[in-house]
Amino acid sequence: MLDYSILSLIIWVPIVTGVIVLALGASDNSAAGKWTALIGSLVGLLLVIPIWVFFDTTEPLMQFEESALWIETLNINYHLGIDGISFLLVFLNCLTTFVVILASWEFVAEKICQYFASFLILSGLVNGAFCALDAILFYVFFEATLIPMFVIIGVWGGYNRVYAALKFFLYTLTGSLLTLVALIFLYRESNGSFSLLEYHNLRLPIFQQVLIFGAFFAAFAVKIPIWPVHTWLPDAHVEAPTGGSVVLAAVLLKLGAYGFLRLSLPILPDASQMLAPVMIFLALTSIVYIGFIAFVQPDIKKLIAYSSVAHMGFVTLGIFIFNVNGLMGAIIQLISHGFVSGALFLCIGVLYDRMHTREIADYGGVVNKMPIFASFFMLFAMANAGLPGTSGFVGEFLVLLGAINANFWFGFAAGSTLIIGAAYTLWMYKRVVFGEIANAKVAGLVDINSREFLVLFLAATFIIWMGVYPASFTQFLHVTVDQLLSHVSISKL
Amino acid sequence: MVTFEPVDLFIALPEIVLLVLGCLVLTADLFVSQKARYITARLTKFSLLLIGLVILLHQSDSIRYAFSDMYVADPISDFLKLLSCGSVLAMLIYAKNYIEVRAIYTGEFFTLTLFTLLGMMIMISANHFLILYLGLELLSLSLYSMVALSRGALVSSEAAVKYFILGALASGFLLYGMSMIYGATGSLLLPEVASRLSTNPEGINLALFGLVFVVAGIAFKVGAVPFHMWVPDVYQGAPTAITLLIGTAPKFATYAFIFRLLVEGMGEGRMLLEWKQMLLLLGVLSIGFGNFVAIAQTNIKRMLAYSTIAHMGFLLLGFASGIKMGIAASMFYAVTYVLSALGAFGMILFMSRRGFEADELKDFKGLSRASPWYAFIMLLLMFSMAGIPPTVGFWAKLSILQVIVEAGHIGIASFAVIMSLIGAFYYLRIIKLMFFDAVETGKPLDEQNGSGILLGINGLAMLGLGFLPGVLLSFCERIISFSI
Repeated sequence: MLDYSILSLIIWVPIVTGVIVLALGASDNSAAGKWTALIGSLVGLLLVIPIWVFFDTTEPLMQFEESALWIETLNINYHLGIDGISFLLVFLNCLTTFVVILASWEFVAEKICQYFASFLILSGLVNGAFCALDAILFYVFFEATLIPMFVIIGVWGGYNRVYAALKFFLYTLTGSLLTLVALIFLYRESNGSFSLLEYHNLRLPIFQQVLIFGAFFAAFAVKIPIWPVHTWLPDAHVEAPTGGSVVLAAVLLKLGAYGFLRLSLPILPDASQMLAPVMIFLALTSIVYIGFIAFVQPDIKKLIAYSSVAHMGFVTLGIFIFNVNGLMGAIIQLISHGFVSGALFLCIGVLYDRMHTREIADYGGVVNKMPIFASFFMLFAMANAGLPGTSGFVGEFLVLLGAINANFWFGFAAGSTLIIGAAYTLWMYKRVVFGEIANAKVAGLVDINSREFLVLFLAATFIIWMGVYPASFTQFLHVTVDQLLSHVSISKL
Repeated sequence: MVTFEPVDLFIALPEIVLLVLGCLVLTADLFVSQKARYITARLTKFSLLLIGLVILLHQSDSIRYAFSDMYVADPISDFLKLLSCGSVLAMLIYAKNYIEVRAIYTGEFFTLTLFTLLGMMIMISANHFLILYLGLELLSLSLYSMVALSRGALVSSEAAVKYFILGALASGFLLYGMSMIYGATGSLLLPEVASRLSTNPEGINLALFGLVFVVAGIAFKVGAVPFHMWVPDVYQGAPTAITLLIGTAPKFATYAFIFRLLVEGMGEGRMLLEWKQMLLLLGVLSIGFGNFVAIAQTNIKRMLAYSTIAHMGFLLLGFASGIKMGIAASMFYAVTYVLSALGAFGMILFMSRRGFEADELKDFKGLSRASPWYAFIMLLLMFSMAGIPPTVGFWAKLSILQVIVEAGHIGIASFAVIMSLIGAFYYLRIIKLMFFDAVETGKPLDEQNGSGILLGINGLAMLGLGFLPGVLLSFCERIISFSI
């Protein structure tokens, strides 16, 4: 085991770097600020390596724990620790931040240092939310992530950015405030403790469990998002700058699923079991209905945003069927969706930087001018459709397996949408990339440069790695998933 | 029987020093021409520093009574007096440029400021109905005349008259209620009232009758719904420097007012049950009404007035929990609220120039382009008022919510958070104006004599206290436990 405060480092290094970058970046396009940001995010990514090496995959409890008393009067602790789920998410987050900073190197017109600083601070806060084992510490990080994202959408976003930023903020705040009341209630019920691990052993009558489940649902369902509270996501995605979309899809949505896994399931097993049919219904609706909506989108970004909602529906489905395959698949799907949708948004960013339009109708025949880009885009589109050999396949396959175990028709409904998913993704791909060169603007396109190549290559590596040899990722999950399922199976009435 | 001992003078030293200094400034100002008015200003600031020093040296962990128990000095009073003194000093620093270019750069401004502080300090240390009332009147009368200081402005005069009439009405309520309680218990001394109410339950109905009026009077002074009518008009009509004064330091005095009167004077049995219910209702109404109406405002001073109503609702809820932790949480809330209000009004003062008040929301458009640093400070202040972590406003809300849930009012806690969500909208709108909207004025703000630095410290304090709220929170709890 590692004795250094590695989790604190992984939280605070990006935040402190972000503050330094803010200080350096008073003038626009300050080179020092840009490089500091890149190095900071790289250090953040490298800090994952020691955790990866020293992580004990046979240990069901929390690892790398740190604890210090923070606020005495309310018994709030600075308590950190990770298990397999949070480790993979932390890794995903650090990687995404590095990639985003690399991807935004040239094309952000103004205040680029503030832009990078926002991502660094956001990255640290998200790591904090994934590592926190104290309810209030979790809440503080969870909520604080709203501020940088709000600024990113509002300052660097598209035409309708103000509306999207406010909608994003207020939508997510509504849910999380109710969660706060639920946490305070748990504090009272547990005789003055905010420790999430202690909550796992707390006995609660079913009525209270259902109410608390409702409060948690308000926060996490909005964040994931599940139909019918998904409407903020397309707006936020479309208006956010490329980097914002990538982080939103790859990392921030994961906070919702993580909340279900860390809070709802182990603290409220009886309510979770009882309300599972409702959750499964909502998840299936997200998958099928949103899939059809994605079909008709004229805007590439909106299409990918809706496809995100559908894919996150798979995650919710996997979580609430309560078997090993389903849960494992849900978590794999979380990580995979982070890689795939992040990569797709990067591709859209590449196109948008050149053409300044996101309408599918404005494209056509891109492959003639950008063959390397088209190959990458092809891979990501296939991964999004769940092609075997890519990461998209592993998660969806496991979830389907679990769903058929639970009830054939769940599996049937979810499975049929694989066809829809493949259809809208590939149809979009066909219209954008193939065919004759559509217009003069497309004719003027130049292929990706080495920096963009590196960015897409990184994403492609992980997508194929995870698709071909998922064991390097699933090894972290076996014990954690068993532990979680054993929590869910014990009644806490 | 009132007795007098020389040691009493020492116990009341801060007030005595302040009275002497106030008279000194008043006299000195007579010999100062308008050109040399800065002498008065400096004398006033110097006096405030001196008072702060006296309070610091004078504080102790014991409870000391003076003037036949009519006056009390305890850790709570020391802390609140120090904070009041500090906020008045901050007000003078923020207001310097504002009053200089307007017609209110007069001797009256400074002497009245000192006398409001004296009124607050007397309220904070009062242990007797009449002393409490005396302090309140000294504070209120000084504020009435300060609102009317810019005699040319019609809105100011209107605000002053409204403030005066409604304030006088509230004082009447209060006195009437006090007389009822006096009738029921036969004493005006707060501890004695408490003990007689618990030992002699016959007069309880009369005392309850009085309590209703006392709480109504308190609600008037706090500005709680439905006794809030004066707040928006006075906040908007008064010169911003005076609004800053009304909106900050007196909140500490109000806190002490509720604490002495309700917690210390009637904090047991039936009376406690009854005023808990009343404050709960007032708090819920204020939070709901204040937040909703604030959305519709276009004038930032008026918007902050409605937001004050909502914040005072939270403060009342802390008291309404009726537990020790709740009273500490209310104090914590008062401190953080005053800090953020100081900053917010300070920012308006900072942005205003000759002939430009900067009190409309649209005046904040594009501030981040013109002065990113001050826009960032304002962002921190707004997030703190909205209660978003990691700013200190979040911890204030959390501690209040925690005690209401502790007291069993989960429904009210949920209502309060939903209302703060609505509140978040209008705070976010200011951030939106500053950061997302195109520039309209575009002129960078100039540093003005230290008030920019103070503003920076004030804003960063929101963040600093947000990282380490435990220190202040446990301090509040500690000093409360001396008295309860």
